[in-house]
Amino acid sequence: MVNLIWLFFIVFGFVVAIFTGRVEAVTEAAFDGAKTGVTVCFGLISILVFWLGMMRIAEDGGLLNKLAVLLRPAVRFLFPDVPKDHPALGYILSNMSANILGLGNAATPMGIKAMKELQKLNPDPATATPAMCTLLAINTASITIIPTTIIAIRMNFESANPAEIVGTTLMATAISTTAAIAVDRWFRFRATAQTPRER
Amino acid sequence: MYSLINTISVWAIPAIIVFIPLYAYFKKVPVYESFVDGAKDGFSTAVSIIPHLVGMMVAISIFRASGAMELLVNLVRPLVEALGIPGEVLPLGILRPITGAGSLAFTTDLIQTYGPDSMIGRIASTVQGSTDTTLYVLTVYFGAIGIRNSRYALKVGLISDAVGFAAAVFICLLVFG
Repeated sequence: MVNLIWLFFIVFGFVVAIFTGRVEAVTEAAFDGAKTGVTVCFGLISILVFWLGMMRIAEDGGLLNKLAVLLRPAVRFLFPDVPKDHPALGYILSNMSANILGLGNAATPMGIKAMKELQKLNPDPATATPAMCTLLAINTASITIIPTTIIAIRMNFESANPAEIVGTTLMATAISTTAAIAVDRWFRFRATAQTPRER
Repeated sequence: MYSLINTISVWAIPAIIVFIPLYAYFKKVPVYESFVDGAKDGFSTAVSIIPHLVGMMVAISIFRASGAMELLVNLVRPLVEALGIPGEVLPLGILRPITGAGSLAFTTDLIQTYGPDSMIGRIASTVQGSTDTTLYVLTVYFGAIGIRNSRYALKVGLISDAVGFAAAVFICLLVFG
């Protein structure tokens, strides 16, 4: 999919350039694009170094665990068919906490561990269970408090107020996560209504 | 509503920067050493993005310089502008669930072209920051445990992405309009 999109941008761009008579602009654009890519990544260094440092303090201070305690009731509601003391719940809590703090690198291994635990409860290992679909839905919507990468890019292009999108991002992510949970519930309800034997 | 969102934007980062070290200090964490230890990963993380971003920026840059972007945007413009959405951001909505590096490159391109403080720049920032790459998350998580039939998971992800995109656009129009 990604391969096709990438190829499409380049090939379709080149074909259009022939018709618009801008073939010589293609070369310049390619090198300019490469330069911007590197410049932006260098701009990311400062903010990523700073933010990952802050997040390590949060982790060492036990804020991740604190957040997990707060999230526990929500997780009971979201995963009603996972047994109360199952290890999957612990991993799900860590995964969600890390996501909220914007620790993508920590969230993914925790999420995969949670999936592996959920797989143990799965009667058919090739087919996703409703609990797996819910965990996936939460992760694709991914509530984020501070969108660090975007703030860095905005700084890079000299925004007067790079952080002004924190509030709008928080609102949008809350809405999309709510939608993900609601739509997931609806599909889950429909799936169980169709095959009453399965839970 | 406008002032609430604005207040969050102004206060969120300073509040976190003060709260985290202070809280950890009372929990007996050597805060500065802890910071330095975690910060080490920042450099390698940023550098590891370079190949992805360069690849995508080259492709999108060609796409824009050739006039292909104009063609595409003009095609969808009447459709989305009836709803008040700037046509330039629609391709981002399509790209966002499919490729993380691609949508990051597209957002960068929009911010570079129209400015970070333009409405397009603000909408692109919000869209990029508010959701994760559905296809990537699905591949990684289900791939790790060998799930072949993902049932309704992709549909749920894409529907919530569409809702998130619409929400991002309208919240920005409301707050910054």
